[in-house]
Amino acid sequence: MGKRVGLEVTVAVAEAVALCRIDMAGGYPITPQSHIAEHLSNLVADGVLDAEFVTVESEHSAMSAVIGASATGARSYTATASQGLLLMNELLPIASAMRLPICMAIANRAVSGPLNILNDHSDIMPQRDTGWITLFAENGQEAVDLSIQAFKIAEHKDVMLPVCVNIDGFQLTHMVEPVEMPTQEEVDKFLPPFAPHATLHPAKPVTMGAFAMSDYFAEIMKAKDEAIKNSKKVILEVWDEWGKMFGRNYKAVESYRAQDAEILMLTMGSMGETAQVAIDELRDKGIKAGLVKLRLWRPFPFEEIRAALKNAKKLIVTDRACSFGGPGGPVFSEIKSALYAGDHHPAIYNFIYGLGGRDVPVQDFTGMFEKVIADTDNKAKDTYEFWGVRE
Amino acid sequence: MAKVIFQRPKYLKENVFHYCPGCGHSIAHRLIAEVIEEMGIRGITIGVPPAGCAVLAYNYFDLDMIEAQHGRGPALATGLKRTLPDRFVFSYQGDGDLAAIGIAESFHAANRGENITVFFINNAVYGMTGGQMAPTTILEQRTTTTPAGRHKTLDGYPVKVCELLSQLPGVAYAQRCTLTSPAQVNKTKKAIRKAFQCQKDALGFSIVEILSPCPTNWKMSPIDACKWIDEVMSKEFPLDVFKDITPAAQKNTEAV
Ligand SMILES: Cc1ncc(C[n+]2csc(CCOP(=O)(O)OP(=O)(O)O)c2C)c(N)n1
Ligand code: SF4
Repeated sequence: MGKRVGLEVTVAVAEAVALCRIDMAGGYPITPQSHIAEHLSNLVADGVLDAEFVTVESEHSAMSAVIGASATGARSYTATASQGLLLMNELLPIASAMRLPICMAIANRAVSGPLNILNDHSDIMPQRDTGWITLFAENGQEAVDLSIQAFKIAEHKDVMLPVCVNIDGFQLTHMVEPVEMPTQEEVDKFLPPFAPHATLHPAKPVTMGAFAMSDYFAEIMKAKDEAIKNSKKVILEVWDEWGKMFGRNYKAVESYRAQDAEILMLTMGSMGETAQVAIDELRDKGIKAGLVKLRLWRPFPFEEIRAALKNAKKLIVTDRACSFGGPGGPVFSEIKSALYAGDHHPAIYNFIYGLGGRDVPVQDFTGMFEKVIADTDNKAKDTYEFWGVRE
Repeated sequence: MAKVIFQRPKYLKENVFHYCPGCGHSIAHRLIAEVIEEMGIRGITIGVPPAGCAVLAYNYFDLDMIEAQHGRGPALATGLKRTLPDRFVFSYQGDGDLAAIGIAESFHAANRGENITVFFINNAVYGMTGGQMAPTTILEQRTTTTPAGRHKTLDGYPVKVCELLSQLPGVAYAQRCTLTSPAQVNKTKKAIRKAFQCQKDALGFSIVEILSPCPTNWKMSPIDACKWIDEVMSKEFPLDVFKDITPAAQKNTEAV
């Protein structure tokens, strides 16, 4: 079994990726991701990791380079954040359309403007529809585990899609946390060498990224949608295998003290741990509060969400990004549409919070609960509120 | 009454620089502010700060300033200058900003002969993000992404921006200077002035590259950092005038 060590989360993630024996990494620096790329470059320079590490001139080139590498059958990795992810945006749907199992860490950071380097989810949310499997880590251990699982999911022959692991910038990336690092033997056992479906090889020429007009385009879009929907089965299998091997169990949706809860809160990412403390405080006061945490953003786990929320009278959905002029935060609108198809419709409230790195202490979470408890008409709310924002 | 012989330039705000001790950005800012004051162009100058250590340049220059996204300064400046042709427009950029992510914008603004000025701070690393390899990192230089030193087959060669851009007909003036001694500082100031003059005379694109110390990421004292520029960096990046189509310069060449 692996050793429990104290590591900065970015360094732990780079170590985990190295254990996956990647063949190629390309990167362009951006805070708060840069330590991942730096540590990978150290591991390559030290001879610990036998891989190409390329310092390209932009994130756009980083993603293009890993697309090229992946097309040759190389296990390929990159990491970015914020503006860098936005610059990659053009390539993200290409990677998924070409069914290339690239893996990427996103050290979530607010998108400009105004320019900001701290955490929220405004970078990943606009990438929602690019066809990438999208996972969220809540703590350092999850960041490590998901980074390894990502390759196994991406490369599964029934999936063959890129995967991104979201790690909240600073709040998670720059924490030194105790993590259990699997050993090389364990990772080798868990993650077999990459066996690509098709590669560019002179002996068997193929065309990748071909042109498609109205005659085929829609079919290709549908195929991508089916592929990502079908990936859930593989994701759950991979988590099951991981749980058996390492004793750490993963689910698409996690619940905390939610069984008999009348009011549930839903979080995604690192805020879940603070919210958990708030739940304990509320429970001590006799309030039946519970927490639901979303780990799998794409493919969206509709059934799991409906099951997790089925007893709630009131539901608080929290968002770390806005959909300006839209229906509330992006998580909120997804949850609402998941519930619409079911027969249980709790009164639902949306708070948009922690934008651009604004600190969210426990009292903020308890404050949200108090506000929702005080609202007695219990009607489903169709509005959202920017929590703790000066007028 | 005591005579004032040295003071803060009029158009540098009272704010304390956030730059590290010994950093070249502070000196470059000061020189630009002095030239703007001396040329009397304060009310008609617009600055474009980059993503990089100089991202907060608007806190120091008492001018109109509009922030560019990483590398996009010359494109943004193009829009400013085309709609306000009577203003002086400068973009202030690091080597990552100009020569990596923004090389396309720099190249094409220069090629179009945009009548703007670029101040290019070459410190051989990405300063702001923690000293990673930049296109201008010299061979064998250790950075946080080239821990064993920049290697030509893995990482390519240092990009020489002035040499490259001076090939383009749209470029009026390209000079490389540094800040390692009072004499060099004075030369740099003259180059800054000349670049603005090119803009005044509508001659086209002007660029002043400034080899600038980054003691923090080079892990050197400020004095050693200046020494390194003089002894190592300026060998790779020679201090020279690479292009100068100003009438005075043309006359000089004719005389030779
Ligand atoms: C699209 C994008 N990618 C990455 C970054 C992160 N970033 C900010 S500044 C910078 C490099 C700064 O280096 P340089 O331009 O050389 O200026 P210096 O800090 O050395 O003055 C990087 C990579 C960003 N802001 N936007
Ligand atoms: S990191 Fe380097 S470039 Fe940035 S302020 Fe410090 S010395 Fe200057």
